[in-house]
Amino acid sequence: MKSITAENIKRNYGKVEALIDISFDVNKGEIFGIIGPDGAGKTTLFRILTTLLLPDSGSATVDGFDVIKDYKSIRKNVGYMPGRFSLYQDLTVEENLKIFASVFETTLEENYHIIKDIYQHIEPFNKRRAAALSGGMKQKLALCCALIHKPSVLFLDEPTTGIDPVSRKELWVMLKNLKQLGITILVSTPYMDEASLCDRIALIQKGKFLNIDSPKNIVEQFQKKMWGIKSKNMSKLLNDLRANPEVNTCYAFGETHHVTLLNEKFTIDNVKKYIENKGHNDVSITEIAPTIEDCFIELAKEK
Amino acid sequence: MKQFLIFTKKEFYHIFRDRWTTLILLVLPILMIILFGFGITTEIKNTKFAVYDPSRDVASQGIINKFSTSEYFTLSEYLDSPEQIEKLFQKGKIGLVIVFSEKFHENILHTGEAQVQLILDGTDPNTALTLTNYATQIINLYQQEQKESKNILYQIKSEIKLLYNPTLKGEYNTVPGVMGMVLMLICAMMTSVSIAREKELGTMEVLLVSPMKPIIIILSKVVPYFFLSLINLTTILLLSVFVLKVPIVGSLWLLIFVSLIFIFVALALGLLISSVVEKQMVALLISGMALMMPIILLSGLMFPIENMPIVLQWISNIIPAKWFIIAVKNVMIKGLGIASIINEIIILTSMAVILTAISLKKFKTRLE
Repeated sequence: MKSITAENIKRNYGKVEALIDISFDVNKGEIFGIIGPDGAGKTTLFRILTTLLLPDSGSATVDGFDVIKDYKSIRKNVGYMPGRFSLYQDLTVEENLKIFASVFETTLEENYHIIKDIYQHIEPFNKRRAAALSGGMKQKLALCCALIHKPSVLFLDEPTTGIDPVSRKELWVMLKNLKQLGITILVSTPYMDEASLCDRIALIQKGKFLNIDSPKNIVEQFQKKMWGIKSKNMSKLLNDLRANPEVNTCYAFGETHHVTLLNEKFTIDNVKKYIENKGHNDVSITEIAPTIEDCFIELAKEK
Repeated sequence: MKQFLIFTKKEFYHIFRDRWTTLILLVLPILMIILFGFGITTEIKNTKFAVYDPSRDVASQGIINKFSTSEYFTLSEYLDSPEQIEKLFQKGKIGLVIVFSEKFHENILHTGEAQVQLILDGTDPNTALTLTNYATQIINLYQQEQKESKNILYQIKSEIKLLYNPTLKGEYNTVPGVMGMVLMLICAMMTSVSIAREKELGTMEVLLVSPMKPIIIILSKVVPYFFLSLINLTTILLLSVFVLKVPIVGSLWLLIFVSLIFIFVALALGLLISSVVEKQMVALLISGMALMMPIILLSGLMFPIENMPIVLQWISNIIPAKWFIIAVKNVMIKGLGIASIINEIIILTSMAVILTAISLKKFKTRLE
């Protein structure tokens, strides 16, 4: 049985189309990532799947239950962590946990083994009010609260947004561990580099899925050669490359510019000559493996 | 049940961990009743009065003596002509003018009847009314004493003339009015704000995606404020009896019973507001503007309802506080029994039932 299925989900806010025809499914025990920029429709999709919003058309099931008709059953069995920190700031860590345990008709002791690994990080701050925790700590506490009833499906809406790189890494390790317990995880993130940590991902933009596959396959499907180009004057280089009609795409990626060419007849040697003619020094060109972000940009361009 | 208890406890944490909420809930009612209460009582003691007395005989002097020795009035001056009266009031230095008829004592002896006119400033209805009551009491007292000592049967007719607001009607409004206001404030405003806060901070989103029943969420919000309003009710009644010296003439239990019904109405109103708003600020503004203003203006707390334009009088009928204030006046001030307020009880109870039904029906199980 699939943990999550969605068929042709549409959802508008007034005239704004938030989701246009979303279909996908998530296998049991899978970490499925919804990857896309802010405003792509990630939160709307999460809210529909967690029964907080009704779709305008289309259908979806979670754990085999229909999100419209059987919303009460879904609410018993899923864990949901909204994008915004949504715990009681004026209550302590312990009080928050106890309250959410009672919300899900369980106790902290009963399911301690599930949250143990995560809870150990915040246990020293048991008596501290949630408002006084750091961003990473808050997310860990929120994750504990969402897990306290041993949900079969866990919805995490941008869990890593706004927290430091170390906490981000820790959080992903925690998700891998949760997967071992058989919990299906649907996670959204605007950070493309986190995509490779998922079993499968869906790239979303402007309410549409661009592609659904494993991160490895998505990268492999990338047809063109990807070049990493560097020179002394990077900003001029970017402009010069973009000015060349033979250059398909050129984006600044940290230390290098990622470049693809329109067709293979115009070789990379021609590019090198072109750049040197423009007066650039210390030019280096290497072939690189495309990243998920490159794929996203390419796919977004096609659409 | 366990959920409910934990959630009620949580609500108390919210209240007592925020200094301002605690202050508003517990201190504001005390401040309000003291300010409103003393605002009137201090003015009424030692009110200056002037006398126009063309007869200057034993009887008129006797009455003037009674007035000036009472704690409520101080003699300011004797007037030479009635024309001075208006000017005195315009200066605003006196609260009462006593005008005796000519040959006051003679009239008493011969016809058994004499007339006194009490002239007051009607722009402040509450003060004018209380002063009238005091003044007629003093005259009656004098009459009583004369009857006992000299065994003469006669009647002094006191005629009351209110300047500037001649149709003044109204009663001792402060305590019932403030009770209505405070209970409405605590119950409606605080309940609506606390639910709106859960929505605004996103915790409602998490609570909705859980097996928790909406009715438990609502009840756990309502119960703490119900208890707090009981505390407030007690402090208000204690303050009004022991500090403001407004006695509870009628049955205390009846008074509490009516107040409980009113508290339910206010809680239901708070729920209704919270079911339509998403932000704390909006909840605050709606309960402030849409609830408090009409209560203050239309409930008879500040202005007598009888003096309002007929349209406003109709509108005042849908203000729960109006019925509550009438009921409290009847029970607490006039000492009447349950029969006198049966209408108010029925109206308030049906308001509570209807409002609760609507707000339970309107509670959203989703985000929209």
